[in-house]
Amino acid sequence: MFSKLLIANRGEIACRIMHTARRMGIATVAVYSDADRNALHVRMADEAIHIGPAPARESYLVTERIIAAALDTGAQAIHPGYGFLSENAAFASACAEQGLVFVGPPTGAIEAMGSKSAAKHIMGEAGVPLVPGYHDADQDPALLRREAERMGYPVLLKATAGGGGKGMRQVWSGDEFDAALAAAQREASASFGDATMLVEKYLTKPRHVEVQVFCDNHGHAIYLAERDCSVQRRHQKVIEEAPAPGMTPALRSAMGDTAVQAARAIDYRGAGTVEFLLDEDGSYYFMEMNTRLQVEHPVTEMITGQDLVEWQLRVAAGEVLPLRQEELVLRGHAFEARVYAEDPDNDFLPVTGTLAYLQAPEESAHVRVDTGVQQGDEISVHYDPMIAKLIVWDESRERALQRLAAALRDYRIGGTVTNLDFLYNLATAAPFQQAELDTGFIERHQSLIFRQRQHDLQRDLPMAAFALFLLRQREAAPRSCLDPWSPWASGTAWRLNEPHVHHLMLHCHQRDVHATLEQLPGGGFCIDIDGERSQLRGALQGDELVFEQDGHRRRATLARTADGFTLYLADGACHFRELPPDTGEASENTATGGLNAPMNGTVVSLLIEPGTEVAAGTPLMIMEAMKMEHTVRAPGAGTVSQFYFAAGDLVDGGAPLLAFTPSEEAEA
Amino acid sequence: MTVLQSRLNPRDETFQANSDHMQTQVDDLRERVAALREGGGKKAQERHLARGKLLPRLRLQALLDPGSPFLELSQLAALDVYDDPVPGAGIITGIGRVAGQECMIFVNDATVKGGTYYPLTVKKQGRAQTIAEENHLPCLYLVDSGGAFLPLQDEVFPDREHFGHAFYNQARMSAKGIAQIAAVLGSCTAGGAYLPAMADESIIVKNQGTIFLGGPPLVKAATGEVVTAEELGGADVHCRTSGVTDHYANNDHHALELMRRAVARLNRVKPVNLDLREPQEPLYDTREVYGVIPADSRQPYDVREVIMRVVDGSEFDEFKALYGETLVCGFARIHGYPVGIVANNGILFGESAVKGAHFVELCAQRKIPLVFLQNITGFMVGKQYEAGGIARHGAKMVHAVACANVPKFTVMIGGSFGAGNYAMCGRAYEPRFLFMWPNARISVMGGEQAAGVLATVKQDQLAREDKAMTADEERAFKQPILDLYEKQGHPYYASARLWDDGVIDPADTRTVLGLAISAALNAPVEETRFGVFRM
Repeated sequence: MFSKLLIANRGEIACRIMHTARRMGIATVAVYSDADRNALHVRMADEAIHIGPAPARESYLVTERIIAAALDTGAQAIHPGYGFLSENAAFASACAEQGLVFVGPPTGAIEAMGSKSAAKHIMGEAGVPLVPGYHDADQDPALLRREAERMGYPVLLKATAGGGGKGMRQVWSGDEFDAALAAAQREASASFGDATMLVEKYLTKPRHVEVQVFCDNHGHAIYLAERDCSVQRRHQKVIEEAPAPGMTPALRSAMGDTAVQAARAIDYRGAGTVEFLLDEDGSYYFMEMNTRLQVEHPVTEMITGQDLVEWQLRVAAGEVLPLRQEELVLRGHAFEARVYAEDPDNDFLPVTGTLAYLQAPEESAHVRVDTGVQQGDEISVHYDPMIAKLIVWDESRERALQRLAAALRDYRIGGTVTNLDFLYNLATAAPFQQAELDTGFIERHQSLIFRQRQHDLQRDLPMAAFALFLLRQREAAPRSCLDPWSPWASGTAWRLNEPHVHHLMLHCHQRDVHATLEQLPGGGFCIDIDGERSQLRGALQGDELVFEQDGHRRRATLARTADGFTLYLADGACHFRELPPDTGEASENTATGGLNAPMNGTVVSLLIEPGTEVAAGTPLMIMEAMKMEHTVRAPGAGTVSQFYFAAGDLVDGGAPLLAFTPSEEAEA
Repeated sequence: MTVLQSRLNPRDETFQANSDHMQTQVDDLRERVAALREGGGKKAQERHLARGKLLPRLRLQALLDPGSPFLELSQLAALDVYDDPVPGAGIITGIGRVAGQECMIFVNDATVKGGTYYPLTVKKQGRAQTIAEENHLPCLYLVDSGGAFLPLQDEVFPDREHFGHAFYNQARMSAKGIAQIAAVLGSCTAGGAYLPAMADESIIVKNQGTIFLGGPPLVKAATGEVVTAEELGGADVHCRTSGVTDHYANNDHHALELMRRAVARLNRVKPVNLDLREPQEPLYDTREVYGVIPADSRQPYDVREVIMRVVDGSEFDEFKALYGETLVCGFARIHGYPVGIVANNGILFGESAVKGAHFVELCAQRKIPLVFLQNITGFMVGKQYEAGGIARHGAKMVHAVACANVPKFTVMIGGSFGAGNYAMCGRAYEPRFLFMWPNARISVMGGEQAAGVLATVKQDQLAREDKAMTADEERAFKQPILDLYEKQGHPYYASARLWDDGVIDPADTRTVLGLAISAALNAPVEETRFGVFRM
């Protein structure tokens, strides 16, 4: 076994691999970019090597730097994780050339599975069932259309070099074909530099079921049951589970044998995943093979009790597979939910931000959280915005699902938009509970899953006001150590011969709220918001708010975020912030306003020369952030004397972008 | 320390009756205060709001630290004094916390007679300045006033304590390092113009605040020049050209925020140099004090029943408990601050007066603040007592109280009559603060006694003419005197004329004293030097 392992990755998977390495007594080496200098995976590793600037193509994707880091630190092996260089055949060979062990399959296997159409060809030859389709090089649109008509609509157009849903289109009739083909080609060309398309029969209610396989250097191969990853949005997995609901032992062994057969066909070694489409009638078709550890591997670990990273390392070190097929025992049911900083209500656009508050559900034999971030870390534009993988296990699917919902409810993240509510809605949707799974699940049940959580204003507004009041009281603590118990610091808003009324202005659930709190003689407070009264009493200890509201006693966790506070309750969260009084200062700055970066992003281009006179509304520069372009316009007539950034520069949200001088006439 | 034990039963009928009686008086007080909140009335308030200005109490609210207590002073000033109602004398004064520091705050109420200065407005502002000066409290002036109330100029302008004294006070306080900060939130005309001008730092709101010695009508009359108020003395003039004001505010909220920042920059630390303890609530509910005070003011009661409902943990270490028992003296804490308490428990005899003088000396020596709980009909009279030198003994106590330089606080919890008022640190003895309970009465002597004295004089006069009053005639003679004393001795009458700093709910005594003592400790406790005691 190796004594030192370099992990050529970041985030949760780097941490995940280090856990196992550490348990096995293997020293770990992390690599990091500028953006990750203080990241969890760097802190966790025994040593860490800086490999370049934040963009992945200048750091995590630079083969030479990673190999150099391994050689410098004396690591004998490199684990690539998933993504980045994990399926890069050139990288695997570079490792081999330097005498480093690449924890993954042989270069040939990566190459063989690298192109989807070539992979299918190989699998077809090996007798693995394939979805009817056209995979040849001749890309004449008319030919492609004829092929589509031969298979019968609907069909799927896919970029042969593609992945992640890019360059992919469903075509439901001949009328749509040409337009869809053109769009898919454009996208493929833009994303991969290769517009080659394949055409496939599109199964209307297919499930995405994948089989985990493992091969060693001694001719052994085994499958570790399957995972159902049918619940996807735009071809991205959302919640995965193992085993697949409704799977029979016969079908499992048939699919398992097919998967092993596929792996053997390319002389596979290590961990691999063979993805199948499973049709309603029980027929299944090879889709593709992933020659790496999958994101969702933990669900397999949970039901098999095995550590797949350990298996990878053992196989890479030349050991024999730890188990034979008949020794493998499956137990219970596991789910994995991918927690992302993304906005489900805005087409799942990734969101950046600081994780001002981060409290994962408590880990146990039933709940596992794989993460690479900690409270205070930033979700940046540079990498995948995944925050964590939440994995749960229990004896049955029903019980595991209940645990998943509970754990999602307990997951508390402040400072950035997340998909937690979306995941919760999904996990608690009746059709999901009844395992009515297929890849169209989310689209079909949109109304169930994207429903906005209804805010109970009557409950939340007084609660938020009360929390704000308690916070203020805490902050009114005396400042002078000479006079530590001053009655002036009581925070009681005491008045002579008058009620003691606290006034609070806050913003909560898109509303500006003016709340008054009056201390009641028997303790507690009467909170009045626009004439609606409720009675509250309670205390704030640390970040724990325990309170009784109109006879209902509850508890909440209070978290400070960048722009206010969030109260996490058992059944949802409530965000609020204190409204400062209007001091009329904002209006002073309108003449030069709007010239700050609206969010973190990149400058795409500058549209005018400095010194040019411009009219109000003239586009001045274009920024790109989170895949969206944003045009910065002149706030009035005037002159841009200077741009502070050039095209291609990264800009922090709020940073001044340019110096703008309003013209004389505009001022007058 | 000794924990006082109550001998009263809150379930007792008399206790209940007493309690109801006091409740009635407190309810009346709260009703009157609630009525004062309306300021100059709905119409005036609407006009004020239409100008984009905040109402005075909201200005105060916005200036104070969130949750800060506000110890309002002279709340009932000018109550039923003038022909027209002038609620609160058109100004709010009091102590509150701003940027973590206790400050004296002055808020003109422009909804009341345009915020003009009536004689009692001048007196109320002057009293607050005196308190600020004695206790080293930064003064924050929220100015919105039309200046002196011209019809009463003879009672507002010329005398020592009149309007001009305010600027004298500002200069003297500034010289002592007591910050003077003004925000001009409305007009600030004529003499009033000196308020911001005399301030250490001043703030003005654009298109709203104006400062000028002569307003546009006066300018037109004097020189024929036609000018708008804004051109004459608006924020732009004073911040850009004249330099009368230092900070330019967009609106009320901005001005108050700027004022808060000005206070935060004072670089000032409250010099509390006393032996403090963590405060403890009294063992008895402070509201129970309602039941302690007899509904019939002639009934005696043990003043310790009041003390145990005011002091920390109801703990009270008595001094000379067995001597001169009609005056209770002892050490306690209020909100953690050490205090010496001097409380009447009957008429003052020579022994009680000497004991009081001794105890006051002790507290002055140790720099312990003194709290006087006044319920005194006077010194004992009669041949035996005059011969025993009661005037000499009384003089010792008066001397000690007058000279003691520790902060002194007086609460009139019952009668305050005659020389007893002096010995127990009445208004003339300059306690830092003086408050009255609604049941208290203040006059040179009790109404009965005054009527009796006057009736005797009258009878003597008639006797010289060989005449006499019948019992009915005597009753008719006495009644107007009794009525007059009852009216003039009432706390509302006293408070309206600034003879005290406010009428308080007896249940608030502990809180009011705690706030007052704490505020007073902004000034270092001085050494005391006594004069010649008549031995």
